[in-house]
Amino acid sequence: MLKIRNLISGYDKIKVLKNISMHVDPGEIVTIIGANGAGKTTLLSTIAGLVRTESGETLFKDTNVVKVKASDIPGLGCVMVPEGRQVFATMSVEENLLLGGHVVQKQGKQLLLELLEHQYELFPILRDRKKQLAGTLSGGEQQMLAMGRALMAKPSLLMMDEPSTGLAPLIVKEIFQIIVRLRDEGNTVLLVEQNAKAALGIADRGYVLETGKIIVQGPAGDLLANQDVQRAYLGRDRAE
Amino acid sequence: MYWESEKECMDRGELEQLQLERLQSTLNRVGTHVPFYRKKFGEMKLDYESFNSLDDIRRLPFTTKQDLRDSYPYGLFAVPLREVVRVHSSSGTTGQATVVGYTRNDIKNWSNLVARVLTAAGVTADDVIQIAFGYGLFTGGFGLHYGAERLGASVIPISAGNTKRQIQIMQDFKTTALVCTPSYALNIADVLFDMGINPAGLSLKFGLFGAEPWSEAMRQEINAKLGIRATDNYGLSEVMGPGVAGECRECNGLHINEDHFLVEILDPETLDPVDLGEVGELVITTLTKEAFPMIRYRTRDLTRFIPEPCSCGRTFRRMHRILGRTDDMLIIKGVNVFPTQIESVLFNIDGTEPHYRIIVERENHQDRATVLVEVKESLFSDQMSQQRELIDIIRRQLSSELGIGVAVKLVEERTLERFEGKGQRVIDKRKI
Repeated sequence: MLKIRNLISGYDKIKVLKNISMHVDPGEIVTIIGANGAGKTTLLSTIAGLVRTESGETLFKDTNVVKVKASDIPGLGCVMVPEGRQVFATMSVEENLLLGGHVVQKQGKQLLLELLEHQYELFPILRDRKKQLAGTLSGGEQQMLAMGRALMAKPSLLMMDEPSTGLAPLIVKEIFQIIVRLRDEGNTVLLVEQNAKAALGIADRGYVLETGKIIVQGPAGDLLANQDVQRAYLGRDRAE
Repeated sequence: MYWESEKECMDRGELEQLQLERLQSTLNRVGTHVPFYRKKFGEMKLDYESFNSLDDIRRLPFTTKQDLRDSYPYGLFAVPLREVVRVHSSSGTTGQATVVGYTRNDIKNWSNLVARVLTAAGVTADDVIQIAFGYGLFTGGFGLHYGAERLGASVIPISAGNTKRQIQIMQDFKTTALVCTPSYALNIADVLFDMGINPAGLSLKFGLFGAEPWSEAMRQEINAKLGIRATDNYGLSEVMGPGVAGECRECNGLHINEDHFLVEILDPETLDPVDLGEVGELVITTLTKEAFPMIRYRTRDLTRFIPEPCSCGRTFRRMHRILGRTDDMLIIKGVNVFPTQIESVLFNIDGTEPHYRIIVERENHQDRATVLVEVKESLFSDQMSQQRELIDIIRRQLSSELGIGVAVKLVEERTLERFEGKGQRVIDKRKI
């Protein structure tokens, strides 16, 4: 579904991603883990067209999206749940969700309502609060709203940027269980995370990003067992 | 039957993407963690960011056996020793031995790849596998063992030697798959015949043979004499061990596990790629090894690609069985032996002259090596006991250095032909 080769991108003269190659197959949860500043958010932003690609290619469903406008990318089926949620605080939950569905509006109101109903089923708390202003929701609820909003666009690939940020561990667990449910329902998820343990706990495969380079990749279980990864990202060090 | 059909039959485009990703991350890792590569990459000013395709591998430096010897023991390890859960080594004392290491993930991958090779040959979890490779520092025994266990077969870790007992166990334990060198398989066939045992009465179905070169004629002989289907498999410890490549039921070339090993076939002189299907030296780059990654390791084994797709459905390319060596290394009783090892032992023993021959023969399908070494005439007029003593010393030291037993014969001074320049000190009378 997503195939990236030799991606180099950054901000002005600062090169953040240095020759990244990776791929996501349909129906997988792939996670990118790494420390702060490694380039994880830059990677998702580059795919989404928000950061300019200096060189390399990004194939989304066999189309090279490097030159595609950022506003056209969700229409192709690649939708991002941004870092920090970024819900429209002054609009209601339902309005936020409906806005997320603007991409599929042309397909008719019936579809929109069906999708809306599906999000309420997935996130019952959003149904309870559908008239509430999004800015008044808790962190976890906002995360669910952001996810629901993205899902309204019927994405083929859902990209999630650090959904665990600022959330209590129990809520993180709940969110991650929803991500697993999404995968089980046939969705494909690219999950960028600082919480390596939680991410590797649900992912099929992972890539470890370190100062703009991929240093190791593989099945999530292998990464969990990899001592370098353990020491650097899982906070575990064996006592001698 | 595939062990991992989603990998073994994967689309070549997807395979190349996987190989590129793994090669790039391997370069990032070795460039940081292995001083040998860090230095080499620095010297050639390797621009990681321009490493964009699999063809760029030609820009990378080679790694040779001597590089491994020079970094004895742990110089090429890419992880701290405490993360290494297994160490294997070739024979030889300091200066000749090479040491390799494995993390937990490496062992897991190794087992998995051997399981692939076993499955390709037809072996399943229902089989009883007799592993007649030596268990020890060599990767053959443990490599096949862990793979067979991973597969779920019933593993008999009998190790090498004691042919009568091997046969006893084959009968009693109802072995269905035999793992050893091809010459040992023929040796077993001979002993079966001598003992009057009909192979049809055994449960044997499969044979997985390797660690030494063997011909199609030998395979037919083994198949006929043991009533099995014999397949070839290939590996080397420097790159992992057994499991690098193996034949499927077509018995026509060994499928290379290309998602874990990037393989090139190069002209050994020019080091350029040969035309597709031409013979050249096998050069291997590891894509997933953690403890001991290798960049463009020169195996010195000669082979060629078989470019046509295989009817078994596997998309991994096949290589022909090994056709020879580019150097003077011998394989005797499944063990790698360099004439220089023998030379260094002889030169360190008092009483020997610096002139020797190594004669390798095969009798009753068993390899036999005899070292002829010149000694001063005076020794021949001395007591027999002194000659015997010297022979004993030489035999023991050679055995210790090489890991195999060799016969030793003392000859009079000047009886061996002298050479100008590079001489032929090895006489290999074996006709494979």
